[in-house]
Parts: sequence; C-alpha cells; structure tokens
Amino acid sequence: MITEQVRTDRAAFGELLSLPVAALIIAIGVAEILATSDAVMTFHAGVLILAAGAAGLWLLMRRMGGKAGEHEAGYNHAVVRAGVIASMFWGLAGFLVGDVIAWQLAYPVLNFDLPWTNFGRLRPLHTSAVIFAFGGNVLIATSFFAVQRTCRTRLAGHMAPWFVFWGYQLFIVLAATGYVLGVTQSKEYAEPEWYVDLWLTVVWVVYLLVFLCTLFKRKEPHIYVANWFFLAFIVTVAMLHLINNVTIPVSWTGTKSYIYWSGVQDAMTQWWYGHNAVGFFLTAGFLGIMYYFVPKRVERPVYSYRLSIVHFWALIFTYIWAGPHHLFYTALPDWAQTLGMTFSIILWMPSWGGMINGLMTLSGAWDKLRTDPVVRMLVVSVAFYGMSTFEGPLMSIKAVNSLSHYTDWTIGHVHSGALGWVGFVSFGALYCLTPWLWQRARLYSLRLVEWHFWISTLGILLYITAMWVSGILQGLMWRAYDSLGFLEYSFIETVEAMHPFYIIRAIGGGLFVIGSLIMAYNLWRTARGDEAVETIQHPESASAAALAKLPAE
Amino acid sequence: MAATERDEISGQATTGHEWDGIKELDNPLPRWWLMIMYACIVWSVVYWVLYPAWPLVSGYTKGVFGYSSRAELAADIAAANDARKIFADRIAEADMATIQADPKLMEFALAGGKSAFGDNCAGCHGSAAQGGKGYPNLSDDDWLWGGSLEAIQATIKYGIRSGHDETRESEMPAFGRDDLLEKEQITQVAQYALSLSGKATDAVAVNRGAPIYAEQCVDCHGKKGEGNREFGAPSLADAIWLFGNDPKSVEAIVTNSRKGVMPHWQGRLPDTTIKQLAIFIHALGGGE
Repeated sequence: MITEQVRTDRAAFGELLSLPVAALIIAIGVAEILATSDAVMTFHAGVLILAAGAAGLWLLMRRMGGKAGEHEAGYNHAVVRAGVIASMFWGLAGFLVGDVIAWQLAYPVLNFDLPWTNFGRLRPLHTSAVIFAFGGNVLIATSFFAVQRTCRTRLAGHMAPWFVFWGYQLFIVLAATGYVLGVTQSKEYAEPEWYVDLWLTVVWVVYLLVFLCTLFKRKEPHIYVANWFFLAFIVTVAMLHLINNVTIPVSWTGTKSYIYWSGVQDAMTQWWYGHNAVGFFLTAGFLGIMYYFVPKRVERPVYSYRLSIVHFWALIFTYIWAGPHHLFYTALPDWAQTLGMTFSIILWMPSWGGMINGLMTLSGAWDKLRTDPVVRMLVVSVAFYGMSTFEGPLMSIKAVNSLSHYTDWTIGHVHSGALGWVGFVSFGALYCLTPWLWQRARLYSLRLVEWHFWISTLGILLYITAMWVSGILQGLMWRAYDSLGFLEYSFIETVEAMHPFYIIRAIGGGLFVIGSLIMAYNLWRTARGDEAVETIQHPESASAAALAKLPAE
Repeated sequence: MAATERDEISGQATTGHEWDGIKELDNPLPRWWLMIMYACIVWSVVYWVLYPAWPLVSGYTKGVFGYSSRAELAADIAAANDARKIFADRIAEADMATIQADPKLMEFALAGGKSAFGDNCAGCHGSAAQGGKGYPNLSDDDWLWGGSLEAIQATIKYGIRSGHDETRESEMPAFGRDDLLEKEQITQVAQYALSLSGKATDAVAVNRGAPIYAEQCVDCHGKKGEGNREFGAPSLADAIWLFGNDPKSVEAIVTNSRKGVMPHWQGRLPDTTIKQLAIFIHALGGGE
C-alpha cells in the first residue's frame, strides 16, 4: 500500500532528478551552438535550450515554493487535459495547412515563389501536422486516459507522462520548423532529420515505459482490448521509426544525414515503414480509441470478445506484410510484390473485424445515432474505416493498382481514412473527454456538434468524390492511346483536366476546417463551464458525474 | 467465476470482465466474416502457387505461370512497337519529301510527333508550342536556326549549345561584362537595335548607337537587323523578341549576352520519333 505521502516524496525525488537532466540537455544545446556553422542547427539548438531551460526553471520554482512533488490525487487527468488542448491546436494548424496546399495545387500562384511557402515544404508540414501532431497528441492523450481507467490505477510516473507530452511537442516544433527551413530526409512521413529522430526515440521509449508500467500495476485481472491496440501501436511505431531512420549524419554539428539503406532496399524499408505508419499509428492506435470511447459513450458492451482477439492478432500479423503494395511495377522483385498484394487482400477481414465490433456495439442502442451527434460521429468514423479498409485491399490488386497508382485516387483513399476515420473518431473522443476532464455536466452545445458533423461530412464527401473522379480520369488519360498507337494525352493535359476537381477538393477541405473551428469553439466553451440553452437532451453518460473517481488503494 | 452474466437487451452472455464500466459480450465470430477471411487466404495460397511468391535462400519460388513483370513489360512494349511497325519502318526509311507526299504517312507522323512533343518539348515550348520568355514560339514563322524540315530536324537531333559534337553553337559577346562597351554606349546601341523595329524611345541615343551597331553587331544581326540563321542570330527588325523588347531587357542582353540551351534528342528519342517531331513542328504553321 502506497500512501499519498510516499507518492509525493517519490514525485519530489523525480523532480529533483530531472534538474540535472535539463542541465545536460542545455549543455548539449550550447555545445551544438558553439560547434556548428549550420544556421538551422543553431536555431534548433536554441529551441532545445529554451525548452530545457523552461522545464528546469519551472522545477526550480516548484522546489523553492515548497511545491515539489505536488500532484492531483487519483487519476492523472492533468496531462490528458494538456493533450486535449494540444490535439485541438495542432489539428486546426494541420487542417489549415492542408487546405492551403490544396488551393496551391489548384492555383500555383499561391506558392508565392518563396522557398518557405512552397508546396514542397508545406506538404510534409501538413502530413506531419495532421498525422503526428494532431493524431499523435490524440493518441497520447486518449491512451493515457484509457489505460489508467481500464487498469483502475493512476498513470505510472510523475515526471514521465509530462516529459512524454512536452517532449513530443518539442519534437513537433523541431520537425515542423525544419521542414519550412528546408531541412528534410526526403522520406515520406519520416522527413525529420537525424537529431530530431533521436529526440523522438527518447520520448517514445519513455512513452512505452509509462504505458507498460501502468499496465504492470493494474488493479484489473485482465488487460482491456483498447490497451492491446495502444501497446501494439507504441511498440511497432518504435520499431518502424528505428529501422526506417538508420541514418549516418554527415557531421554531428550539421543537420544533413544519409540513409544507410540504398536503392530498392531503401524503397522497401520506406514503404514498410510508410504503410505500417498507416497500419499501426492510424489504424491500431485509433482502434484503441474506438474500443474505449464507443462502448463508453453508447453504454453498451463490446459486441464480441472473441472477435476482438481474433481480429487483433490477425490485423497485427497481416498488416506488417502489406508495405510492398506501394511499389508495384517497380524494381521491387516480383515475389515481394506478390506477398504485398496477397497479404493486403488477407488484411481485409481482420480490418473489418474492428468495424463489426464497433458498429455492433450499438446494437440495443441504435436510437443514440439519432439523439447523440457524438455517437453519430463515432459511428460514421467506423463506417469510413470500413470503407477505406475495403478500398485499400481493392487498390492493392495489381491490376487495379496499375490504374490507381500515382493518381489522385490514392490521395482520396488516404483522406477518406484520415478525415473520415482518424478525424471523426478523434473528434468523438475529444467531445467525450472535454466535459469529463474539466468536470462539466455536459458539452457546451450539442447543436454545434451537429453543425460540425454535417459540415465536415459534406467536406469529406466533396473531397473524396472529387479525388475519385480526378484520380480515375487521370489514370485513364495516362494510359489512353490513339488509333495509331500513340499516347493520346501529354502530362500537362492531364494536369489541366484535374483543375476543377482540385477546386472541389479544396472547398471540401475548407468545410472540414470550418467544422473543426466550430469544434474548437465548442470545446473551449465547455472547458469554461458554459452551457448553451438547448432543447436537445444531453446524454447522461457524457457528463462528468458518470466518471467514477479512482477508488482508494 | 460466478454464474454467467447475461446482457439484458440482447440476452447474450458477457465474458464477466469489466473495465471502467465497459463489458464484453461473448458473441461468436460472425460466420460470413470468417468465411470471407478463409476465402482470401485460400485465394492467396493459390496465387502463391501460380506466381512468384516466397523468397528462398538464393532465388524465390517462380510460380507455375513463370510470370515476370519485366518480361510482361518487354512484351507490352514489343506489342506496341509491332502495332506501329508498318508505318514506323516506312518513316525510318523514307526521306522527308516522300513522307510529305504520302497522306497516310503524314497522318502517322503528325500523330506521333504530337504525342512526342507533349511529353518531351511542351515543358519548355508550351503545350501548344506557343513558347514563353526565353523559349521560342514554334508555331510562327520566325526561326532562329531555320524553319525547313531539315533544319528543324537537325536542331532537335543535335540541340543548341547542347554539348553534342554536331550541336548548333554560337555566342554573342557580353559587351558590358567583358568591358567591350561603356555603359552609355550600351544604352545607345540598345536604342538603335530597338529603332530597327520602331520601338526606340530616345532619338539622340539612336543616332549615337548607329555607328556602334555597325561596328559590333552588324556581322551577325545584319545591316537592317534581319538576323542570320547560320549563327542563330535573331532578327532585330521584327516584333518577336525572345527576352522582351523594352530598353532594359535589351540592355541586359547587350551587357551579359544570352545563351539559350536546348538539349540534343539524339540518343534519347529514336531517329524516327525525331523525324516525326520535325514534321509535326514544321506543320504547326511556320514551316518553310
């Protein structure tokens, strides 16, 4: 039995130990600044010093104020609150940059002929902001929330969860500013350079430890299915990150490095990484969110325990093989292409297992689809998940891929998953979390959730239908021959044909941004404790009262 | 474990676990779900037998069909070439006059030229060959190096300042950078050059520029500014100016010179394609 006093003493000791760590980080930053002649490295070392300095100063002030080791009793909700705010912030930033580059594709003049605002630099800014900054913060926040509650124990560590949170924000800032200043590894979804990768590795290992230690001290006999998915996500992303980023820096004082892999092996490693970033970051992780928030919000049991076991292991085993479907008809050996295709097909049902479990959990509570827009958001996210995980295997068939590859169809496919599944399931989770974490009886306004839902759904539909038409048109134009056997269209003619669809896509993206702005406003008012006058009945389950406190240990 | 708990609504047994209020039903795997998964696995195993699939210590399982994507690509290219062979062979052998005299061959050459142009030339010369600043318009009758079929073909084949042994090559002196003319003289000669097409803005400078032109420029650009195709020297007497016909732009050229580069396509495109390109460009409107 650990008393609160022992807990506080340990926490204070942890804070004390963190001081020399902050000092060491500052020392590394200073050494870099003195040694480097690379402007971006100087800037990034400065950011590192500022971050470590701020952390050190905060710890010192707590010590001097006699507050060392102080923390809220019960569950650690403070770090999750921070995660909700960060998710919303990065979400807005990432969606907005996405829409900016969508307009750039329609009207190239919007590149402004400046290196920092060029599509080539803003595109990774968008992808990293939505996947890693928005998605990553949602995953960290929801996993920290769900793991402690389903283990009926406080999140492990006093400093560690906060290090994960702030360390991850620092990673985002270093990566994002690097892109804009032209520092990149040029590996899709793995653009950050070697030193940013190293920092992420440290943060991620601490994340894994916090998660594992919390599981280890759980008060429940079994580990809940959401936690299997979260753990699979954390472990696999660590492995993917390490292997895809084996780089040799040109110098320890410069930003540039070279990937150890070369040629088709590099391509295969990259897409093994890239596809499993989708599989384990954007699928497994968010299935963890679904498995906690869907049954919690609709107050119904998970449909099938057996299905969750079978589809979990089938998904984990199968996903890792599917990467080669990104490299059909390339220098990749035929046998690897075959394995990539067949495992992508086998992946169909394991993916759908999650959809079935998510949707069927509503059985007996289907009326909530009508009465609770948050439930509707969660359910539609699962529907989009089902659609994209059908479309994915379809596009992995080599004959289909020969038409779809390198076209906008791929972009549409990614966004039906990203906006529909990842976005909506995250929004649903954030709508649940905000009243719980800020101890509010209910959301500020369900009507605004309705508006968010319909505007964003319309945006997604415009986006993906435009990309379907544009992508298939593009693919057909590329392969069209005239009667004499010559290519019918030149590349630039296909680009011209895309133009109207690029405008529709950008409008759809704009609607999605507007929806998320409505959401940010709603969450902000909820956190403040405001309640709009509404005739809609708020579900009782969504209120903070439904959230049991951590039982005495 | 206590007696099995049942969910009130569905009547289904739960697993007896509970986490933070979340329970699980003990529903079986949906049968259709399991069947489709098995079917996908069976389909995959069959596919592995038929196609290259599993890596071995050295090599891989080749599959019953002996499929190879490289062989498939080679066959596709061969089939496409075969389909065009009759015309392509005749174009390869025939001289330009023969091609022009044969409507069937012309149709083929124009189609092939258009296709090749879109993917190789449009990037600089524009999708309608309209050109742009620094990139000549190919649909008008103003030619730097000649507009006959043979001249166009040679330009495509060998390029301009391309590094090819037969490349078209010439160099205008950089009168300002190399201190051949004073700054004031450059202004004057530029005014004179502009006067040849009635675009001068300073009559005094035109008069002073005339002797400079006669001394420095006339050998290539000609007495009346008519240009000289032997050196790719543009006409200065018409309204077509590759880099603009305002005084500033012209002064910049006299000061620093201009050396446009076009790659040679021999070795990158087959000779028959180059021939078709020449015919296509010649037929755009300005061919001689």
